[in-house]
Amino acid sequence: MKRRDVVKKLLANRQDLLVIAGLGSTAWDCTAAGDSPLTFPMWGAMGQAAMMGLGLALAQPKRRVLVITGDGEALMGLGALATIGVQKPANLTVVVIDNERYGETGMQKTHTAHGVDLAGVARACGLKVFDFEDLKSAIHAKPGPNFAVVKVKAEKIPLVLPPREGALLKARFRRALFGAKADAE
Amino acid sequence: MWPEGIHRELAAAGVRIVGYVPDAGHKRLIELCQADRKMRAVVLTTEEEGIGLAAGAWLGGQKSVLLMQSSGVGNIVNVLGMVCECRFPLVTLVTMRGEQGEFNPWQVPMGQAVRPVLEAMGTVVQYVEKEDQVAPVINAAFRLAFSSYASVAVLISQRLIGIKSFQEQAAR
Repeated sequence: MKRRDVVKKLLANRQDLLVIAGLGSTAWDCTAAGDSPLTFPMWGAMGQAAMMGLGLALAQPKRRVLVITGDGEALMGLGALATIGVQKPANLTVVVIDNERYGETGMQKTHTAHGVDLAGVARACGLKVFDFEDLKSAIHAKPGPNFAVVKVKAEKIPLVLPPREGALLKARFRRALFGAKADAE
Repeated sequence: MWPEGIHRELAAAGVRIVGYVPDAGHKRLIELCQADRKMRAVVLTTEEEGIGLAAGAWLGGQKSVLLMQSSGVGNIVNVLGMVCECRFPLVTLVTMRGEQGEFNPWQVPMGQAVRPVLEAMGTVVQYVEKEDQVAPVINAAFRLAFSSYASVAVLISQRLIGIKSFQEQAAR
């Protein structure tokens, strides 16, 4: 499968979904699918996408939360799967778009290219693992924490960049979620 | 006691999520947060996770606090860059090791580096070593963090924690 097609399908008709996009290619994929203030694309803090999703899911238990990240990013924060497995947020889904490469640094092979099974790790941590076919319904309706690895072709494709400024990305997310109250804190 | 004082300040500040990596110095406070039905205590595998947790919680409108030992400060350095760039409000409560009366030499290098490391990453550092300072300093830290979108760390002195030996710590 091609990563842009996969992410576009996952974000099509997203309803009230809140999205954290892990740094690098998955942030570009989410932007290519249509930039939204309720997508928080990360430009750094590698390894923290799933934990951002957990914090958001705990703070917003009535909303569905989706983390879309890459295999390299997920590998840097493997402990997050254990932490999510303990907290068991019913509204959180973590999807790893797995091209088995570090895409931003020269397409070097990641651990998943050598057989490391991220879905197996997630399952062992207590997350519910889904195939791509069932993923849309898991994201929107199945009690989580849910997890999926979607294997995609390793390809170099044009960058589609979201805004860069961190404070802007934070503020637009909170304003979209809370309206004028976002600034009243 | 000062852990009860911290818990009262967390409750008054409206903290709902408490990320922590356990430390003997935070033992009582962690127990108080776990017993508080308005708070969710989240055990982390590494302190770094607590930064993502706090940032995500704030995107979702909830206040959090992060508890760690001084050694954990070394684990959060890069991700503090996100806190700074995004101006996420953050309060980190650090129980100190490797300073006053330390018995484990392996704690000393990181303990001594805590303040310069945090300050290099744009975090405001407050230091408390007397019991009656704890609550007012933490109260002020929350106001600074959440009114000014700042990262604030409160270092709790080893003198205040008062652990003098490994045996004593293990017996707690």
